Amino acid sequence: MSGPNTSYDPVEVAALDPSALDAAVEAALAAAAAAATLEELKAARGAHQGDRSPLALANREIGALPPSARAEAGKRVGEARGRVGRAFAARQADLEAERDARILVEEAVDVTLPTGRRPLGRRHPVELMSQRIADLFVGLGWEVVEGPEIEAEWFNFDALNFDADHPARQMQDTFYVDPPQGGLVLRTHTSPVQARTLLERGVPVYVAAIGRVFRTDELDATHMPAFHQVEGLAVDEGITMAHLKGTLDRLAAELFGEGITTRLRPSYFPFTEPSAEMDLRCFVCRGEDPQCRACKGTGWIEWGGCGMVNRNVLTACGVDPERYTGFAFGMGVDRALMFRTGASDMRDMIEGDVRFDAQFGMEV
Amino acid sequence: MRVPVDWLREYVEVPSEATGQDIAAALVSVGLEEEAVHTGGVRGPLVVGRVLTMEPEAHKNGKTVNWCSVDVGAANGTGEPQGIVCGAHNFAPGDHVVVVLPGGVLPTPDGPLEVSARRTYGHVSAGMICSERELGLGEDHDGILVLERRYAEDPDALARCVPGADALALLGLDRETVEVNVTPDRGYCFSVRGVAREYAHASGATFTDPVQALAAAAPGPTASGYPVRVADDAPVRGRAGCDRFGARVVRGLDVAAPTPQWMRTRLTEAGMRPISLAVDVTNYVMLGLGQPLHAYDLATLGSEIVVRRARPGERLRTLDDVERTLDPQDLLITDGGETPLGLAGVMGGASTEVSGATTDVLLEAAHFDPVTIARSARRHRLPSEASRRFERGVDPALGPAALQLAVELLVRYGGGEAGEEVTDVGSPQPPAPVAMDVDFPSRLVGVDYARGTVVSVLEAIGCAVDGHADRLTVTPPSWRPDLRTAEDLVEEVARIHGYARIPSVLPTPPGGSGLSHAQRVRRTVADVLAARGLFEVWGAPFVGEDRLAALGLDVAAETARTVRVANPLSDEQPWMRPSLLATLVDALRRNVSRGAKDVALFEVGLVTALDGPQRAAPTVEVGVLPPPETLAAIREAVPPQPRHLAVLLTGELDRAGWWGPGRRADLGDVLELVDALAEALAVETVVTADDVMPWHPGRCARVALADGTVLGHVGELHPTVVQALGLPPRTVGGELDLDALTVAADHPVRARTLATYPMAQSDVALVVDRAVPAAAVRGSLVAGGGDLLEAVQLFDVFEGEQVGAGRKSLAYRLTFRSPERTLTTEEVSGLRDAAVAAAARDHGAVQRA
Repeated sequence: MSGPNTSYDPVEVAALDPSALDAAVEAALAAAAAAATLEELKAARGAHQGDRSPLALANREIGALPPSARAEAGKRVGEARGRVGRAFAARQADLEAERDARILVEEAVDVTLPTGRRPLGRRHPVELMSQRIADLFVGLGWEVVEGPEIEAEWFNFDALNFDADHPARQMQDTFYVDPPQGGLVLRTHTSPVQARTLLERGVPVYVAAIGRVFRTDELDATHMPAFHQVEGLAVDEGITMAHLKGTLDRLAAELFGEGITTRLRPSYFPFTEPSAEMDLRCFVCRGEDPQCRACKGTGWIEWGGCGMVNRNVLTACGVDPERYTGFAFGMGVDRALMFRTGASDMRDMIEGDVRFDAQFGMEV
Repeated sequence: MRVPVDWLREYVEVPSEATGQDIAAALVSVGLEEEAVHTGGVRGPLVVGRVLTMEPEAHKNGKTVNWCSVDVGAANGTGEPQGIVCGAHNFAPGDHVVVVLPGGVLPTPDGPLEVSARRTYGHVSAGMICSERELGLGEDHDGILVLERRYAEDPDALARCVPGADALALLGLDRETVEVNVTPDRGYCFSVRGVAREYAHASGATFTDPVQALAAAAPGPTASGYPVRVADDAPVRGRAGCDRFGARVVRGLDVAAPTPQWMRTRLTEAGMRPISLAVDVTNYVMLGLGQPLHAYDLATLGSEIVVRRARPGERLRTLDDVERTLDPQDLLITDGGETPLGLAGVMGGASTEVSGATTDVLLEAAHFDPVTIARSARRHRLPSEASRRFERGVDPALGPAALQLAVELLVRYGGGEAGEEVTDVGSPQPPAPVAMDVDFPSRLVGVDYARGTVVSVLEAIGCAVDGHADRLTVTPPSWRPDLRTAEDLVEEVARIHGYARIPSVLPTPPGGSGLSHAQRVRRTVADVLAARGLFEVWGAPFVGEDRLAALGLDVAAETARTVRVANPLSDEQPWMRPSLLATLVDALRRNVSRGAKDVALFEVGLVTALDGPQRAAPTVEVGVLPPPETLAAIREAVPPQPRHLAVLLTGELDRAGWWGPGRRADLGDVLELVDALAEALAVETVVTADDVMPWHPGRCARVALADGTVLGHVGELHPTVVQALGLPPRTVGGELDLDALTVAADHPVRARTLATYPMAQSDVALVVDRAVPAAAVRGSLVAGGGDLLEAVQLFDVFEGEQVGAGRKSLAYRLTFRSPERTLTTEEVSGLRDAAVAAAARDHGAVQRA
C-alpha cells in the first residue's frame, strides 16, 4: 500500500507514541462507523489509511527507530493498521450490502403489468378434439386414416350398400358434383374411408377415419354444410357387437368422463346389420335430473350410428364375410366438442372468428 | 308415423295406466325412435260444472259480465259452488258447462296459459268457463261450450255430464298421439298395425292382428270382378312394377254421409286432413293397416284397368292439379290401356277423383315395386303417403283385408252396398327362406342366445322357423321384405332380446404403428403456426367465380382445375375451392368486420387440383366387388385433393402496448413463418422473387424445395385485390402445398459431430446492384467459403450515396470453424477472400473498405 519511505522526517517520530497511535485508531474507527455511504467511506479511508494518514506516518517512522525498538514498534503499528483495515473492510461490506439491497428494491418491476407483445395463437378446438380422438385410438392399438372429400359415389354409397333407389340414399342430403351423373359427390360421411381401407389394407383392420364431411344443410345454430366425423372400423375374426359396445364405452369415458357410458338402440343403416343408434349417457345430469336441459330429461344424448359391417360391404370390398366380421361407427366430432365444452352455436365453429379459438387452450 | 294411442289400444293390449310417454319409451327399445308425444295441450283440473246462478253486472267500460256460481261437485276440494266471472252470455242457469279450475292449463297461440284465481270486475274469479276454441275443440269463440247442445244427440255422453266429472276424458282432451321415426327398412311400421306389433315385442303385451279377421271375411276373386290387366313391358331393374292388383266395388253411397267424428279425430291426430267419407276411409285403412288404397269414381271409368308404363311424352293431371309430363319408367294405372288414371302408387289423376257427387266407387289395393315407385316419386318431386309406404315395402298379402275393411266402413257409414265384384290379379313372390346357423346370432352379437330364444324371437316377429339342430330355415312374414340375410335375422334376435343386454368388451387389436408421418407433420405445422401467434380456422370449401376474379386470378384456368357442385347451397358459390386463400379471406373479413384490427389466421385443408379433364366415375351394383379396372377407374375419377396450408395476416403481429409501439405484419413475417416450418420439418426451402396474382408484383416470393418443387407463393396482397375484397391494406399471406412439404420432410436427419475448436469471425461489406437478390449473394459466399464456413449472417443492408445510385451494400458476418484444429488468422483471411471472390465473380460484388 505504502511505498518505500522516501520522505523520512525525524521530527515526526512522535507519531509512534502509543497513545497517539491509539488516538489515531479510535479516530479511524469512528470515521469508518460514521461513514453513511460508500463515498463517505472512501473519503474516510483516504484520511485514515491514506499516505498522509497518521498510521501511514507511524509506519514510515519505524524505519527511523533503532533496530532494538523496531520490532515492538512494528508490531504496535501493524496491529493498529490491522484494526483500522478490518474496520474499514467491514464497513465497506456493510455499505455494499446495503447498496445492493437498495438496488434490488429499486429494480423491482410491477409483475402485474400486462403481457402481449406477441400473443399466442391457437389451434381450432375441433382440430384439437379430432387429435384427442386420434390419440385415443392410437392408444388402443388402432391406426388413423383419411380419405378424399370429393368422393366417388361408389365409395360413398354403393360400396356401403346404399342401393341407388333406396330411400336411405335420399336421406343424406348429398352435394353432387356436376354433372350429377358423373358419379362424384362431396362425401356425406367418413364411411367411404371404410371401403377404401378394406380394399387397400385388407383384414384384420382396426382404423379410425377422422375428417370433414358435407350435407346440404343451410348454416344455422345446429347445422353446418361442412362438419367433422370420426369413423371407426374394426374387421377381424370373431368381432362382435359386444366389442362395438366396449369400444364406444371406452371412447365415451375418455372424452366425457369416467362413468359416461353408451346405449345402443336398434336402428337402420344400409352399411351395417345389425344397426344401432348410439346414445351417450347425459354428461350433465348423468341421467339423474328429469329437468336436465342437455338431455331433455331423458338421461341420454344422441351421438351417432353404428353396427356390424353389412356382409354386402365386406363382399364389395373383397373381404370374406364367412370368415370375418366387423363393426363400424360414426359420430360428430363437432357435436362431441359441443358436449365437452358447452359450445352451443355451430356457426361459431365454422365462421373463423378467432375469439372462438382463443377461449380454449391448446388442449380440449 | 303418428299413432293415436286409442287406435293403438285397439290392436294391442296397452296397459290402461300406460301413458304416451311410456309407450314411446317401449317403442324406442325396439328401434322406433320417439319424435314426440302430442296432446291437445289442455291440462286439468278441467271438470263439468252446472251453472247455479248468473248475475249480469254492467261495468263502466261498457261491458256486461256475468258473476256466476257454478256447481263443480267435489272437484274444487270444498264442494261449495265456484265463483267465476264470465263475459259470455250464451248460457243460462242450469246449463252444464266445462270449467277449468285454478292450476289447469289451456293452449293459446302465445303458449300454455296456466289459469289461476284472480281478482277481476270486483270479484275473485276462481277459474274459467270455457269455449270450444279455448279448449282447442273448434273455432267457435262466440260462446261458452254448453254440453246440453254438444251432446244433444248423444244421450250416453250427456249422462256422463255431472258436476265435478273429469271433462278431459269426456271431451277426449286426454288423447295422446305418439309420433315415432320409422327407419327406411321398416315399411310395415308406417301403420298402426305395425307399430302395435312392435309395441307387443317391446312390452310383451298381447297383439291381435286386425288383418286376420278381415282376411277371413274377405271374399275371394270373382269372375265378375272389375277387369284389370297388368301389362308391364319394361320392368325397372328386372322387377315387375305391379305384382298384385285387387279391387272391390261399393255402390249407392250417400253423397251427404259425413265421416264419423271418431274417424275424423283419428285421421287428424295421425296428421291427415279429413276430406270426404270415401277419401277418409281409404286414408284410414292405409294408416291403420299400411295398405295404400285408391278410390275411383266408378261412373268415370270405362271398361278395363290396364297397368302399364308411360309412353314418352304422355301427360297426366294429378290430384294436386298439376299437369305432369310422364317418363317411360313411370308406372300408370290407365283406363282401357289408354287414358292415364293415375301415377301408380304415387298419386291419382284428377279426372277420376271421387267427388261430392260420387255414389259408386271402385277401390284399388295394389302392390307396387319399391324401385319404380321411389323413382317416380323422386322424378316428379311428389312424395305422397302412398309412395312413402310403397318405397319402403308394403305387405303384399295385405290387399284383400284392406279392401274388406274399406268396404265395411263405406257400407256402414256411407250407406253403400258392397258389390259382389272382387278383383285379385297377380301373384307376388313369397318371401324367400333364409338359412341361418343357430349360433350365428351369438357369434355376431356376443351374447349367448339359447336356441329356444332364437326360435321364439323369430316366431314372435312372424317368421316360420324350420330346420335341424344347428341350422335353421327361416321364412319371413309377408310384411318383412327387409329380412333377406342371416344378419337381418340376427338384428331381430338382438333387438327383441334387447340391445341393452349386450355386454361391453374391448377388442384386442394386434397393435398399430401410431400416427402416420403426414399426420405428425400436420400437427407440427399447426402447432408451430399457433405458437407463432396465428389462429387456426376452417370453413366450407365453396367459392364463386367473382371471388376468383377479385383475387385477380384467371377464372377459366382456376375453374378448369376444380369441380362444380351441381346443387350448391348458394348459386353464387358453386365451385369447390382451388385454393385455401379463396375462402380464408372470408374469415379474415369476418374478424375485421367484427372489430378486430390485428388478425393472423391459418387454415390447413384440402383443395381441388385437377391435373386434366374431369372424369366420370363408373357406378356399380351394390354389394359387388368391382373388377380391378373398374375400381381403378373409380379411384382415378376422384380429383386430386392435395392438402394445403394458407396464412393471412393483417395489422400488428408484434403488438403495441405499454412497452412501446407495435410492428405491422409484413412479408418478412410470412417468410419467417415459412422458415420456421422448414426448420421445424428439417426441410431446405428456396425463396425467389416472383410475380403472380393475387400478390403485389414486387412483394411476392415463390417458395420451393431444394429440388425445385414449387411449394407455393407468399406475398403482400396486390392493392387491387385488397380493394376488390375490402381487406385491410398491406394484408400479407401465402399458401403452400403441405403434401409436398410432408413428402420432403419424410427422411431422418443425419447428425453431425459438433466442432469444438474456436470459431473465427470476419465481417465483409459487399456492394452489388440493387436488383441482385441477397439470397444469391449469400449463395456465392457459401460456395466460395467452402466447408469451413459455418455461418453467414447478413447484419446490415444499406443504400445511399456512399455506395452509388442503384447499388446496395450488404454487410455479412462470416463465421469459420474447423472440426480439427484452430484456424490461423491467415487461413481465415484466405477463406474470407475466397468467399468474397465468389460473390465478386458471380454478382460483381465489390468489397467496401
